[in-house]
Amino acid sequence: MAMMQLREAINLTLHQEMERDPNVICLGEDLVGGMGTAGGPEAIGGIWKTTAGLYAKFGADRVIDTPISESAIIGAAAGAALAGKRPVAELMFADFIGVCLDQIWNQMAKFRYMFGGKTTCPAVIRVAYGAGRNAGPQHSQAAYAMMTAIPGLKVVIPSTPAEAKGLLASAIRDDDPVLFFEPKALYATKGEVPEEEYLIPFGHARSVREGEHATIVTCGQLVGTAEKAADALAKEGIGCDVLDLRTTSPLDEEAILDSVELTGRLIVVDENPPRCGLAADIAGLVSSKAFAALRAPIQMVTPPHTPVPFAPELEQAYLPSVARIDAAVRAALSYR
Amino acid sequence: MQLSRERMLQAYRQMKVIREFEERLHAEIQTGEIAGFTHLYSGQEAVAVGVCEHLTDDDYIISTHRGHGHCIAKGCDVKGMMQEIYGRAGGLCKGKGGSMHIADVEKGMLGANGIVGAGAPIAVGAGISAKLDGKGGVSIAFSGDGACNQGTTFEAMNMAVVLKLPVIFLFENNHYSEHTGVDYAVGTAGDIASRAEAFGMKAWRGNGCDFFDTFDVMRDVIDHCRAGNGPAAVELDTERFFGHFEGDPQRYRGPGELDRLRAERDCLTSFRTKVTEAKLLDPADLDALDSDVLALIDAAVAEARAAPRPAPEDVLTDVYVNY
Ligand SMILES: Cc1ncc(C[n+]2csc(CCOP(=O)(O)OP(=O)(O)O)c2C)c(N)n1
Ligand SMILES: [Mg+2]
Repeated sequence: MAMMQLREAINLTLHQEMERDPNVICLGEDLVGGMGTAGGPEAIGGIWKTTAGLYAKFGADRVIDTPISESAIIGAAAGAALAGKRPVAELMFADFIGVCLDQIWNQMAKFRYMFGGKTTCPAVIRVAYGAGRNAGPQHSQAAYAMMTAIPGLKVVIPSTPAEAKGLLASAIRDDDPVLFFEPKALYATKGEVPEEEYLIPFGHARSVREGEHATIVTCGQLVGTAEKAADALAKEGIGCDVLDLRTTSPLDEEAILDSVELTGRLIVVDENPPRCGLAADIAGLVSSKAFAALRAPIQMVTPPHTPVPFAPELEQAYLPSVARIDAAVRAALSYR
Repeated sequence: MQLSRERMLQAYRQMKVIREFEERLHAEIQTGEIAGFTHLYSGQEAVAVGVCEHLTDDDYIISTHRGHGHCIAKGCDVKGMMQEIYGRAGGLCKGKGGSMHIADVEKGMLGANGIVGAGAPIAVGAGISAKLDGKGGVSIAFSGDGACNQGTTFEAMNMAVVLKLPVIFLFENNHYSEHTGVDYAVGTAGDIASRAEAFGMKAWRGNGCDFFDTFDVMRDVIDHCRAGNGPAAVELDTERFFGHFEGDPQRYRGPGELDRLRAERDCLTSFRTKVTEAKLLDPADLDALDSDVLALIDAAVAEARAAPRPAPEDVLTDVYVNY
């Protein structure tokens, strides 16, 4: 075990996976940084520092610094995957999915099915996501709900450094296209991480807190927010069962349903706007499959149906908070 | 340079406002009071001003993430901009957009933009509108040397040629896209104008660190478009004096690079030298403007700092419906 930041855990995983499998390649903008400058390659090592040192170790053929061309980057990842490689493409911000959506939605997500199961498309797209850094409407979106709605994609959202490592290794070894959402507000948070290789399988939620009064389902950077709310409620004797989904596609339906059977109350905490988002999706699942177990209306804690605002006060009002989760748990408990 | 005295003073003043706005922001950002990502325009002032001094409110521009200079040159209120960057309720966009999204549509300023390459297609649309309005208006997409590699830019250039629109694709080549050199990322050995020519439009090149050169080139470019000859492109060679964003360690620069750029390629210095040596303006005139501008920026910062912040419930306004 070693203490490391989430960005370091990702970096270590990329090193290990590239070492292990010569078919793994990385591509993206400023992945190396400093190409064609006086400072030279590796002057930056990725804007989030997640790809530092890869170029020095694996060279320009496998660590590909690209021009600003998201459609070509993601299309190239799709093509390389069809042609036998395991590309790990990086989009600096999840918002840039908008620039290359065709290659994700109509191309890589569909190859396996549309070609009658004759191929797979083992590409990973790493994106930095989320609000909380005052980056404004085009650099703060969560976007994983939209991706979860696309058949053919797998969607992963790690919540801690150790989770990021095991989930990224699984993503790279997976035969289907994976959208890997890195919570950018957590890049610098530290945690204990096993240095050796390990895999966290997809579709298995992580139990973060156990409790019998209410179930809180969440993922990514909001896991920490939910933990804080649960810990405060625990002091009052209110027990929350907190689930970190880890992957929204595939979704661990069983873990959610089992927990609601126990608690009878569900709070879904999601960073996407409320319409057709993850919260609505899980609320739909539970009301159709565990209706009899419910003792209170399902509480959805999400941002409003607006873009992400810039000003810190507005962004704080936008993001689900400890106070809003606390209020949602109490609202659910007010039903007997 | 057959510019009237008034117009020369106006051009100098605009460049100076941009410079001081940015230099002051650079200092204020160190205090931690300004949130988010800020990309400063210092070094490129001659471009924004050399372009926008030809424009009226009937002409459109669309800007980039490095938008403060374009906004000021197109007439956005400097104090409203400062408040926006400080995230205040009285900002030009009520604090909802921030540095990367300053806009003032009534002034023909269709917004700074956080998505690299998003501007060129939007400029095509404004060009369609200008053509329909028949008032001779033009639409200008500012793009960086990095943005010129986006497919959106290529699609927009071809469409503007096909539709013969009054659109100007203006490339500010400051030699870097974030931490990458232009020669690495632009396959035509860093030459952007020739790409535009390949799409079937006329392209110009100019020194984007010299106001007079840029201004003269832009006169030809804009005349060409106003006359109904379809789109045009311009590549202006320029420099950015700060990092890509505030906080960038700039390890991609060579030793002494920034000092050299400030010494040799400062558009304000070259303007002053030219106009005073040719006895077109008196150094005292420029000094007077300098102190005016400093006072304006001081006031803008003081007012922004004291201005009210948005109320949390404002998150729900400016949408057609909220849930
Ligand atoms: C679609 C998209 N991709 C990547 C980025 C991240 N990014 C912001 S600015 C920038 C570099 C832009 O370079 P250039 O066009 O030369 O403009 P400059 O910064 O030099 O003004 C990059 C890669 C972005 N904002 N949008
Ligand atoms: Mg540039």
